[in-house]
Amino acid sequence: MPVQVRGEVLSVKRVGEYHEMTIVAPGIAEHARPGQFVTLAVGGTPTSMLTRRAFSIFRVAERGVYGGTVQVVFAVTGAGTAWLAARRAHDSLDVVGPLGRPFSLPRDPASATLVGGGYGAAPLIWLGEVLRRRGARVDFVLGASRETRLFGSLDAKRMATTVAITTEDGTVGVRGRVTDVLPTLMTRANADVVYACGPMPMLAEVTRIAADRGASVQVAVEESMACGIGVCMTCVLPVVGEDGVIRMVRSCVQGPVMDGTRVRWEDIGTVPEGTWGTAPVAGATSVRSGSR
Amino acid sequence: MAQMRVLPGQPDAAATAAVDLRTRLAGLALPNPVLTASGCAGAGRELHQFVDVASLGAVVTKSIMLAPRAGRATPRMVETPSGLLNSIGLQGPGLEEFLAHDLPWLVEHGARPVVSIAGESVEEYARLAARLRHAPGVAGVEVNISCPNVANRGLVFACRATDAATVVRAVRQNTAGSVPVLAKLSPDVTDIVEIAAACVAAGADGLSLINTLLGMVIDTTTMRPSLAGVTGGLSGPAIRPVAVRCVWQVHEAMPEVPILAMGGILTGSDALEMVLAGASAVSVGTAIFHDPGAPGRILAELAHALAGLGFARLVDAVGYAHRPPEPPPDAGAGSGTVTDAGADAPAEGSADVEAVTGPPQVRR
Repeated sequence: MPVQVRGEVLSVKRVGEYHEMTIVAPGIAEHARPGQFVTLAVGGTPTSMLTRRAFSIFRVAERGVYGGTVQVVFAVTGAGTAWLAARRAHDSLDVVGPLGRPFSLPRDPASATLVGGGYGAAPLIWLGEVLRRRGARVDFVLGASRETRLFGSLDAKRMATTVAITTEDGTVGVRGRVTDVLPTLMTRANADVVYACGPMPMLAEVTRIAADRGASVQVAVEESMACGIGVCMTCVLPVVGEDGVIRMVRSCVQGPVMDGTRVRWEDIGTVPEGTWGTAPVAGATSVRSGSR
Repeated sequence: MAQMRVLPGQPDAAATAAVDLRTRLAGLALPNPVLTASGCAGAGRELHQFVDVASLGAVVTKSIMLAPRAGRATPRMVETPSGLLNSIGLQGPGLEEFLAHDLPWLVEHGARPVVSIAGESVEEYARLAARLRHAPGVAGVEVNISCPNVANRGLVFACRATDAATVVRAVRQNTAGSVPVLAKLSPDVTDIVEIAAACVAAGADGLSLINTLLGMVIDTTTMRPSLAGVTGGLSGPAIRPVAVRCVWQVHEAMPEVPILAMGGILTGSDALEMVLAGASAVSVGTAIFHDPGAPGRILAELAHALAGLGFARLVDAVGYAHRPPEPPPDAGAGSGTVTDAGADAPAEGSADVEAVTGPPQVRR
């Protein structure tokens, strides 16, 4: 069950083009699992930025000198993340977590291939460590547009059987994308399950590749969120249920981790015909926007 | 504006606890005046992880329609300065699922459910009300009339007095007499008092002021509207002065009509502002997205602010900003603006209030 706590920044450090923030957040670290996320209020009090910023949990330390800590990794993409990047040790932060569904872990020792795009690698590092402790074989594919946007390759190398790196500009590793090398790697590792986190087009392609090879695939989706707790209905995407019905599903509470094969990737950003709650007769009525 | 953050255990907690926060919305007695706003707390379940739904004045549900509804395509939300612009499209499970799962859950957890209903025709509103009539535990009905009227070229009910009144009349006729009907009005009208008066004449027991303002954002990178729905409803502190103005105008014209105010309430002093303008209770909406603990915090801050101003009872502050500019007359002498504002509240100690509420509570 998530809690809202007044956290304290322990450190903020630059890692390539990203920022890695460690927050003392008692009550969150103890219950978090890989794939879950936290939300942070930004801008201080009062603030003109009302939506909380959501970040996958990179790591937790259940107890230390300062109590439980959570780490998040982010890129500065706007005023909210710029404000976060400017935080310093001892600054106070409003933290809610742990939120969302975590990655599910294989019951028996399995071969797991973890695919991260950019700082989407963050939750996979923690997941990899958990999988290793459970006796799984872990292989990583990490990619980014350029070297400074790679995340976690050193941590990955410490635990994985193999680590493949791709960059689109070829500054390091194989020139290209994670999906270019994934099929070969999966074959070599005899992968049973693929875990992925990164941009949505990457997740769509990883799902296709994994499914083609008969592996199960769990992805942590990246949809823009407003509340993070399941009340605002902002972060929805079309997902096919076990009953075969498409529903607009909230990625904050029914995700962010989903079975990749259930997501209607090609229909994201639309409400596909036949979705539960659409009129059987397609007639795009002009409806006044703004009613919640 | 000064930010007040009062937590239990602070030195003035005793003074705060001494304020009688009980209020009434028409026939509905509430232990305190802080409610959720429709569409911002689902049906209470998710929020309950952060705020005990029983500790809220009431839970106003997300608008329920007859049939399940998928809502609009994404993007559905964009942040604006001190505001949010949304185009969710009333995604929801539909009435039957609400009655089977959500309403019983609210009742079981001690919440007072005020059910928001939305429809595309007068008939749909009437059917919703009729069906709710036999559902146990409904404390009130809020009519979301900011929906397009399919029978009238998609014109929003809330924007025409006759359309608004027709819906309210249909709902009132199909609702038990003991259950108050609140009409939620749109600020996007020429004269909100005219619409308010029409709704009251049609049987509304109270008014919810205000719904979102219609707005739009264009992404200057893609050079297209930011929302898939093109336009959206603006909420948050950005619209608060508009809400205060609407509450003020309606309360001035019809001081006897209870008002539930919403529109950018983020702090206790924001809530107090609405009360002073004439609101008997307030709904917290967008603030929940920012701070899931907001309803409890705002209630504590409101109690603290009232105590600081010397109010022993919330109802005495309702509409207090409308008092004449002259120094206040002696207690009980003539103009009676202070007590006048609480005219809808019963005399202190009436059996009816005592039965429903316990001692005033600040926060659980």
